[in-house]
Amino acid sequence: MTAVGILLAVAVLLLLVWVLLYNRLIALRNRVENAWSQIDVQLKRRHDLIPNLVEVCKGYLKHEREVLENIAKARHQAISATSVSEKAAAENVLTSALRQLFAVAEAYPDLKANQNMLALQEELTSTENKISFARQHYNDSVMQYHQAIQQVPTNIVANMFAFRERAFFEIEDRTQREPVKVQF
Amino acid sequence: MYRQIEENLRNTILLTASMTLLLLALGHLFGALLGAPLVGLVIGFLIAVMLTVVSYYHGSSILLAAVNAREIQKADDPQLFNVVEELSIAAGLPRPKIYLIDDPSPNAFAAGRDPEHAVVAITKGLREKLKRDELQGVMAHELAHIQNRDVLYMTMLAVMVGAIVLLADAYWRSLRSGAARGGSSRSRKGSQGQAWLIGLGLILAAVAPLLARIIQMAASRQREYLADATAALLTRYPEGLASALEKIAKDTEELRVPSRALQALFIVYPLQKQSSLDSLFDSHPPLEERIRRLRSMAGV
Repeated sequence: MTAVGILLAVAVLLLLVWVLLYNRLIALRNRVENAWSQIDVQLKRRHDLIPNLVEVCKGYLKHEREVLENIAKARHQAISATSVSEKAAAENVLTSALRQLFAVAEAYPDLKANQNMLALQEELTSTENKISFARQHYNDSVMQYHQAIQQVPTNIVANMFAFRERAFFEIEDRTQREPVKVQF
Repeated sequence: MYRQIEENLRNTILLTASMTLLLLALGHLFGALLGAPLVGLVIGFLIAVMLTVVSYYHGSSILLAAVNAREIQKADDPQLFNVVEELSIAAGLPRPKIYLIDDPSPNAFAAGRDPEHAVVAITKGLREKLKRDELQGVMAHELAHIQNRDVLYMTMLAVMVGAIVLLADAYWRSLRSGAARGGSSRSRKGSQGQAWLIGLGLILAAVAPLLARIIQMAASRQREYLADATAALLTRYPEGLASALEKIAKDTEELRVPSRALQALFIVYPLQKQSSLDSLFDSHPPLEERIRRLRSMAGV
C-alpha cells in the first residue's frame, strides 16, 4: 500500500470516530433535555390531582379548612410561577402543604378508610415518587453528559462544538435536607 | 454501588472475551486440521442462528403463554402499575407491559428484545407478599435486565455456546470418518506437528462444550449481580430488594416452569432453592450472597 493510501485510510477512520463521538454527545444532551421536561410533566400531574383530593377531604375535614385552603393557595402559586426559581420554591411550598394535610388526616379514621381517599393517597404517593425519580433521572443524565464532555477523547469533540455543562437539580430549601422527625 | 456495577461490567467483558476466544480457537484449529469445507457444520450453524432469531423476536409471547400470564392495566392493580411506571421514569425507559402470573410461588421475570418491546411479569404469590418498597426493588431488578440488554446478551452467549458445541461435534464426526478412510493424504513430513495438533484438538473438542457452559453460567450469574446493583442504583434503596429476596428465600414453593431453558430469566432460580452447593452450573448466584452484597451498598 502506498503512503497516500495509508494516510487516506487513517483519515477516513478518524472521520468515522469523530462522527460517532459527536452523535454520542448529541444523544446525551437530548437525554438531559428530555429528563428536564419530564420533571415538569410530573409536577403538572400533581397539580391535576389536587382538586380531587380537596373535594374528597372537604366533607371530613370541616374543622381543618385552613389546611385545605393552604393547599389550594400553594397550588395556585405553583401553576402561575414563571421563573425556574419561583417554580422550585412554589413546588416546595405545595409539598409541605400536602404533608400537613396527610398529617392532619391521621386523626380522622373515617377519612382514612374512605376508598377514594385511599386511591388518592396511592396516586399522590406515586406522584411524589415520580417527581423524585424524574429529578434523579435528570441528575443521572447530567452526570453521564458531563462524563462524556470531560473524558478523553469525547472532550475534544465537545470543545469543538461548544457542548456546555448543565446544572444539577439541587434542593434549594435547606430544611428539606433535614430528616423528618417522627414523634409518637 | 457504582463500584459493583463497574466490576460486573468488567467481568462480563472478560467472560464474553473468553467465550469468543474459545470459539475462534476451536474454529481455527479445526479449520487447520480438517481442511475440507465443513458444509454440514455451516448448515447446522445457520439453523441455530435461525432458531435464535425466532426466539429473539417471539420469545416474550412464547414465554408468557407458557407460564399462563395475563396483562394488567392500571385499574387492575394501581400500586403495581405505579411502581413500574415510577421506575421507568427513573431509568429513562418506556414503560414495559406488565403481566401477572397465576401461580402461588414467588417469582418474577423480564423479557423482550429491546426496551421498546419489553415485558415484566410477576407471580400472584410474590405480589401478595411484598410491601411497596420491596415490590419496587423486585421490579427495579427486572427493569435493570431490560436496561442492561440482558436478553440480547444471553441470546448471543447461547448462540456462541451452540456454535462451540457444533464445532466440537463436527470434529468428532470427521475424526471417525477420517479414521475409517485411513487418515489424510498428507505426507509424513509434518507428522510430529500433526500429532501435537491432533492431540490438542482432541482435548479441546472434549473440553470445549463443558467450558462453554461454565462460562455461560458464570456470565448469567454476573448479570444477576449486575441487575441487583443497577436496581439499587435506580431506587437508591438497596434494602427494598434485599428484604424482598429474604422473603423469597423463606418461601419453599417451586414455580411450575415448563422448561429448564427458561429458568435463567427469572429473578430467582425457580427449581432449586435451598442449595448450599455453589455449583458452576447455576444460572443464579446464591440468595444469601445477593442479599449480603445489597446490604453492603447501603453506605453509598
